Amino acid sequence: MISLLTYAVIILGVIAIVQLVRVFELTGELKGRKEWEISEKDNTMQANLYLWFGIVLFVLFGWLVVEYGGSAQPNGSVHGVKYDNLLMINFVLVVFVFLVVNAVLFYFAWKYRRDANRVPEYVTHSTKLEIIWTLVPSIVMAGVIIYGIMFWYETIMTKPSEDAIVIELYSKQFDWTARYGGADNQVGNAHVRLIEGANFLGIDVEDPTSKDDKIVKGEFHIPIGKEISFQLRSQDVLHGAYMPNFRMQINTVPGQMTFFHFTPNKTTKQQREELDDPEFHYVLMCNKICGASHYNMQMNIIVETEEEYNKWLGEQKDFMAQVPELFENSEEKLMAEKK
Amino acid sequence: MSTETHAHDEHHAHDEHHEEETFISKYVFSQDHKMIAKQFLITGMFMAVIGMTMSSLFRLQLGWQGESFKIFSFLLGDKWAPDGVMDSNMYLALVTIHGTIMVFFLLTAGLSGTFANLLIPLQVGARDMASGFLNMLSYWFFFLSSCIMFCSIFIETGPASGGWTIYPPLSALPEAMPGSGLGMTLWLLSMTLFVVSALLGGLNYVVTIINLRTKGMTMMRLPLSIWALFVTAILGVLSFPVLVSAILLLMADRLLGTSFYLSDIFINGQVLDFHGGSPILYEHLFWFLGHPEVYIVLLPALGLSSEIIAINSRKPVFGYRAMVGSILAIGFLSFIVWGHHMFMTGMNPFLGAVFTFTTLLIAIPSAVKAFNYITTLWKGNIVYTPAMLFAVAMVSTFVTGGVTGIILADSALDIAIHDTLFVTAHFHVVMGLSSVMAMFGGVYHWFPKMYGRMMNTKLGYAHFWLTFVAAYGVFFPMHFTGIMGVPRRYYTNSEFPMFDEALPLDQIISVFAIMGAFAQCIFFFNFFYSIFRGQKAIQNPWRANTLEWTTPVEMGHGNWPGDLPVVHRWAYDFSKPGKPEDFVLQTVPLEEGEEDGGGH
Repeated sequence: MISLLTYAVIILGVIAIVQLVRVFELTGELKGRKEWEISEKDNTMQANLYLWFGIVLFVLFGWLVVEYGGSAQPNGSVHGVKYDNLLMINFVLVVFVFLVVNAVLFYFAWKYRRDANRVPEYVTHSTKLEIIWTLVPSIVMAGVIIYGIMFWYETIMTKPSEDAIVIELYSKQFDWTARYGGADNQVGNAHVRLIEGANFLGIDVEDPTSKDDKIVKGEFHIPIGKEISFQLRSQDVLHGAYMPNFRMQINTVPGQMTFFHFTPNKTTKQQREELDDPEFHYVLMCNKICGASHYNMQMNIIVETEEEYNKWLGEQKDFMAQVPELFENSEEKLMAEKK
Repeated sequence: MSTETHAHDEHHAHDEHHEEETFISKYVFSQDHKMIAKQFLITGMFMAVIGMTMSSLFRLQLGWQGESFKIFSFLLGDKWAPDGVMDSNMYLALVTIHGTIMVFFLLTAGLSGTFANLLIPLQVGARDMASGFLNMLSYWFFFLSSCIMFCSIFIETGPASGGWTIYPPLSALPEAMPGSGLGMTLWLLSMTLFVVSALLGGLNYVVTIINLRTKGMTMMRLPLSIWALFVTAILGVLSFPVLVSAILLLMADRLLGTSFYLSDIFINGQVLDFHGGSPILYEHLFWFLGHPEVYIVLLPALGLSSEIIAINSRKPVFGYRAMVGSILAIGFLSFIVWGHHMFMTGMNPFLGAVFTFTTLLIAIPSAVKAFNYITTLWKGNIVYTPAMLFAVAMVSTFVTGGVTGIILADSALDIAIHDTLFVTAHFHVVMGLSSVMAMFGGVYHWFPKMYGRMMNTKLGYAHFWLTFVAAYGVFFPMHFTGIMGVPRRYYTNSEFPMFDEALPLDQIISVFAIMGAFAQCIFFFNFFYSIFRGQKAIQNPWRANTLEWTTPVEMGHGNWPGDLPVVHRWAYDFSKPGKPEDFVLQTVPLEEGEEDGGGH
């Protein structure tokens, strides 16, 4: 009944509006109003509204900058300091252009509203002006390109150093697993076709470097000041490894390995103290649409001093100790083959 | 009014429009470009309503995350909204179909389909498109494609939901998410038909512009709207086939068990038989269309705005040649920048540097265009028709959205903001808003040519201000949530305490989004009301120069009752000194010693 009434009200409302508009139309026609002639009053009103819109937009922008301008996630990596600098320089440029061009646009929109006494100037072009506004953006863009590519070269195109700690991040719907290289700092080979039971990463047990690998779920630890070299794999669909605090992101691709590396420069504890937020965590999250629980595919990252890190790592079991039966089997098989 | 056209009326008793026209041949399987334009427009509007409703629904979810709404139960049912709380699969489906509809059905077919069809023959002085029959097929393929996309919303497993870019393996494996089942198959089928439609249309547009220009209409006398639609059509013809090939390979992977995009996959407890493919191949193919697609959406908007701004500033468009040059430059560059969507995919980082370089080059012609729009306004005598309000707004959103592109084009800066809401905000402002603004402007401006009646100006004003305020209200705060690092396509960000700060902004965005959606009711009302009851139009209501305003108000098939008009000058002789009126139709011959404006 209520829904029926609601529909009735909506339909009556529409009819009322139609009739109202019709009344306006008829009175307009009586006055000889023509839709293609914009009255002086209307025209000035629209021009004024444009000016006011511009002012309110800038005030709101100011408010957003004051309230939320500094709300980027706190940085925790060495290259992140440079990244933030580069971003800031670009933002200053972008905000400057945004403000100036929009201000001029809204001002002109207001200033040059129709005026019966003004004869618009018949100018078709100005080669000089056009050369200026081709050259100036070109020069500015050249600067942006050079600075950007230099940074890209330093962070992404360089190889990690030899003694960087190797960690494999492994993604699947909808969680992450980290695998450390262990004593030899080398993670063993793995392939989806080897996935079986407890060997959920498909680690090749015959690869000697895989025995001392350490598999970690839930959270993983890294030491401050040491370069970490990540290699990333996926077992099902595309995922994105996104660590906003470390200014790092790369997709994980099934059938292919991807890489990135960085050096953390602040421990979780330091960050918590600086932010005065005891709950703070560095996080790894998924940033490539991957299915129903995409929004909650996360893993905490703990940055700590090297001693703390070594102690924590020491407490983690080796792969062989975690699933000894796998290795027993493989040794038995080897024996059998030899016989 | 036009001198040439009416002088020869008697000679033409044999025009095409004397053929018998039945209801079906006139309104359904019409080969008249004007009718096809209207068909595209109304189908596009219908799809837009769906796309917009979807955005309102997922904005409700994002503003009040995980809360129960009656409207969810009503529209989505118990399966997708148990107890009125939206399911996360449904959220992804809504985001996906919203994107697909808005990018392809509204802003490609709805925008180009409408205005290329309406304006190309009318503004170049042709009786119809080069092939009326192909043109009709173009619409009906689009219609079929729309129907399939529409039906896919209602199937049991839900529509495609892997994002509008449908990256495999997510889109290839029905095991990965419910939306990758039948919904994805229908999506692929629908898009294949869509591409057929786009190709038939595009070929027609290119051929018509090259071959059917009337006497005197040299390339450098073409209005900028035609230049923009011309380059748009070329981009479409060159890039859409690549999407078809991407889709066909994906279909093969899904249905025939090939491994173009798939390799080494373990899902639902078993290893699949795919070996040796790469999803990155798909991404390359997709974005080889996907990036030109951005300009397929944007260029018509730039062209329409050029027209509307020049006419209503009562001034020649500033720097016509530079504008043409920028359109061509943007068109060319759009083919060599696709990799900037893929900086973080694991593509060779050296390519990242190359694509950064090519992408940032686009800033140069774009800046030239923006400055030329503004200089056109300078010292003008601006008449604020609703169309003009929208055109000026387009310049604003084009600039505001364009500048943030400088940040995203930089592979280095993309590292931390790739796939965050900053990206969503950027492309919605520069591509979505700009094109939607220009499309509204175009509808208000050319409505008299479509229906022979005027739209209501006052309602147009109300519609514009509510829309413009909502537009900035939605996407301005979204940049800031993006800077915080909130990823796009997140059903909720409440799983991360670090994003709590974004929640109030999310609510502001949602309020504006829903307000904006409701504001469109004014437009729909005005549009449909004016078709039947609007004030009767006059021949040249905006006092414009181009050829479409030399046709009679009630046009038959064939556009001009007499001979085709002959063109003597460029399209922008507004307020030329020494002329009786502040506009000079393109059909008016040059006086002795008078210089043609475009040929500087």
